[in-house]
Amino acid sequence: MRLSLTHGSQQRWLLTLLTTVIVAFSLTPSLRLLVEALGDLAQGSEAPLWRVLQAEGTWRALWHSFYTSALGMLIALVLGSLFAFVITLTDIRGKPWLVFCFMLPMMIPPQVTALSWLQLFGPASPLLKSIGLAPPLGSPQPLHSAQGIALLLGIQSAPLVFLALRTSLLSLPRELVEAARISGASQTQVWGQIVLPLTRSGLIAGGAMAFISGLGNFGIPAMLGIPAGYYVLPTLIYQRMASFGTGVLAEMASLSLLIGALALAGVALQQAWMKRSRFGLVGHGGRAHDFALGRWRGGVTALLVALLVAILVAPLAALVVSSLVPAMGVPLTWETLTLNAYHEVIARQGATWRAVRNSLWLAGGAALVLMLCSLPLAYRMQRLPRRWQSLALSAIELPYALPGVVLAVACILLFVRPIPLIGVALYGTLGLIFIAYLARFLVVCFKPVAAGLSQLDPSLEEAAQLAGAGPWRRLSGIVLPLVAPALFAGGLLVFLMAVNELTVSALLWSAGNETLGVMIFNLDEGGESVLAAAVSVLVVAMVAALMLCLSLLAPRLPKGVVPWQD
Amino acid sequence: MAGLTIDRVTKRFGEQRAVDALSLDVEPGEFVALLGPSGCGKTTMLRMLAGFESLSEGEIHLGGRLLAGLDQHVPPEQRNMAMVFQSYALWPHMSVADNVGYPLKLRRRSGEAYQRQVAKALAMVALEPYAQRSPQELSGGQRQRVALARCLVTDPDVVLLDEPLANLDRHLRAAMEQSFRDFHRRTRATLVYVTHDQSEAMALADRIAVMREGRLEQWATPQTLYRRPRSTWVASFIGQGSQLKVAAGRPGQRLEEATLMRGLAAIATERTQTVLVRPEHVTVLPDSSSFHALRARVEGVTFRGERYELHLCLESGEALMAYHHEALTEGQKVGLTLHEGWCLEPDA
Repeated sequence: MRLSLTHGSQQRWLLTLLTTVIVAFSLTPSLRLLVEALGDLAQGSEAPLWRVLQAEGTWRALWHSFYTSALGMLIALVLGSLFAFVITLTDIRGKPWLVFCFMLPMMIPPQVTALSWLQLFGPASPLLKSIGLAPPLGSPQPLHSAQGIALLLGIQSAPLVFLALRTSLLSLPRELVEAARISGASQTQVWGQIVLPLTRSGLIAGGAMAFISGLGNFGIPAMLGIPAGYYVLPTLIYQRMASFGTGVLAEMASLSLLIGALALAGVALQQAWMKRSRFGLVGHGGRAHDFALGRWRGGVTALLVALLVAILVAPLAALVVSSLVPAMGVPLTWETLTLNAYHEVIARQGATWRAVRNSLWLAGGAALVLMLCSLPLAYRMQRLPRRWQSLALSAIELPYALPGVVLAVACILLFVRPIPLIGVALYGTLGLIFIAYLARFLVVCFKPVAAGLSQLDPSLEEAAQLAGAGPWRRLSGIVLPLVAPALFAGGLLVFLMAVNELTVSALLWSAGNETLGVMIFNLDEGGESVLAAAVSVLVVAMVAALMLCLSLLAPRLPKGVVPWQD
Repeated sequence: MAGLTIDRVTKRFGEQRAVDALSLDVEPGEFVALLGPSGCGKTTMLRMLAGFESLSEGEIHLGGRLLAGLDQHVPPEQRNMAMVFQSYALWPHMSVADNVGYPLKLRRRSGEAYQRQVAKALAMVALEPYAQRSPQELSGGQRQRVALARCLVTDPDVVLLDEPLANLDRHLRAAMEQSFRDFHRRTRATLVYVTHDQSEAMALADRIAVMREGRLEQWATPQTLYRRPRSTWVASFIGQGSQLKVAAGRPGQRLEEATLMRGLAAIATERTQTVLVRPEHVTVLPDSSSFHALRARVEGVTFRGERYELHLCLESGEALMAYHHEALTEGQKVGLTLHEGWCLEPDA
């Protein structure tokens, strides 16, 4: 059909072009990695992939990855389902605060979590010293072990289980519960015979997400495992790259392929289960089913609060105490209390400050660019045929679903040589980290915008069209203002995640181009734990503040954009 | 003001024909209803008029201008039409006045002229005090009127209405029907109104296009549709009435009392023509005797306020509906006189 007006088709072509570029951009790193890992297969047993598969270290690290992630998943399942069932189903008080505090560990960067737990235990813990409970000098740090890693992975990913289970609990039609009650089932019977079977798939999906997140985690196994010589796949890649540099890239690509395939298999499994859990429930969902706790209420509340104290408050307290002493191993008293570490970070304008500045620029820039791209991208993708739509979505989701180490290795492969034609060398600059962030966090910004767009009544735009508004005018005058809160929330989420990012930048940083995450990691590795603690306290404060901002924005957002709000 | 011509318009979604060779000539300033059960293609037809859907075959003209054809598609923003959506489609980020004024802004109207026209449109629907409110603060009926005001503001050639009363309660519907009639009388705009509610269409429209499975069943005034429906399907869709088999007449013929009664008395094999008998054309004689040629048993009685609705069963087993001024007991035998009937085409 010949269109009598070119505006509409001009916009469509521009947006299609943009979508194609972005999708290609998202796919390139993974494809480059595939080519590198599989390209030399012709060399037979000398091919990097075979060498990697034959190395004993590979299989040991693989087993370690598997062991810590599986154990972490079990811990996450216990913690997450306890909180999800109690908070969603019962009439316990203070729900919003319980949810906020339980979700906080997910948003705190893993290296900070690891650091705070390290400050909580061990002979040098300033907190234990201050209350006189520190074990004698020379006794081992209990967290430098596989179980220590698993525990922290579990705490970090428990909110994922919580969210998955809570979603399926909230979508459970209340008629199903009420029908069971009126048929004579007691509260316990309803829970065991109706609620649990119907939300089992949500539980499994949450477990799968926790497992994948544990598999890709770098900060926790790096800070707890490397000092003890306990390597998982991401830390193995990091350690080899740190020791041998780009010379082992081909082997690292093969290792990345291994872990990437493992993670994607997990994602596929999880999505299959999520699909099943959504199926076939008719009726009005969305309201909590208030099971009365009765005389148990005090006890259950105490249990949840005690758990939160143990997994959140105690390690953060240890972190704060550590940031206020002059040196590790000194107990905190009125005489020893000092703000030197904060002074060092903020006022000295040294390397630490540079890292903070780098991260703020990277995160702010990435958030801004992604906000600009997300609206046209989501707008165009909404109009694609369903099959293309899901293909494009998978493509832009890939860099986020893959473990960060994999993306980092892929980016090194892509940019280790100067870009052909223009001859710009990105390797060893902040630009490389920036590009990696754009690829990784695109979907984080895209999802809320797409959700906002899909909730928009199409007649709102049609009404404007009939009133005489052209395509660009509709996009800026009708669509943009209506999805602006979701767009802003997406940008905020990107900022929140990027500013604390460690996994990608751990492999991509170079002297002068440290990020905040790398800085905390390096400070701790270099024995400057007090300084690391001070930076971490600032980071946690910033995370909590940004989360509160998002909470305030929540009433104007589509459902599910702010993970810890209903 | 321009007339609208729909010429053999067809719309295919895959194999399915949502609209099948539909032709209508709408006079300038006419109030037209597209009526049919859900899924009959009326909304698709409306969206093709607006330009949201392309045509598979046929043409749409407005005045002398070709709006849509095989190789021509004027986009909605250039058709100078307006539409009231089922969901009203009020922009939640704009005030009532901004919603109404948006089409003016797009036509680069500003300053005093802009203010005056917005105020005039709001006055037409009696909503001036609400100009600075946000649409969310209004009731359903008020939102409806804002959507109407937004249509008025630019003097559109055609106003399209997509089931605008579907989301309102019964009392509000009556009031809104009145305001649509006022709206049409004042503006004399060409109105195309889509609905599945036949009483709404009958009450409002100058002419009604009855649609079924994408095809036009009948295109006539409400009075004609009621008195002279073309087929058995249209007759069962419009108004109350019973369809009986008679041995008289041919499709499109009116039967007088004598012919009708004689035709009903014939033996079953000869009664092949379907006739529509409206309940107001039935006289019920409660003291039945063998003197009456046509007799029936009362199956059900429904109180309707000003009268009773009787559901009767003829001796032939056919059902008949009638009105009566007093209640009869169920099972009672009655005599009947049928004053007139209308012969229908059999359903395709």
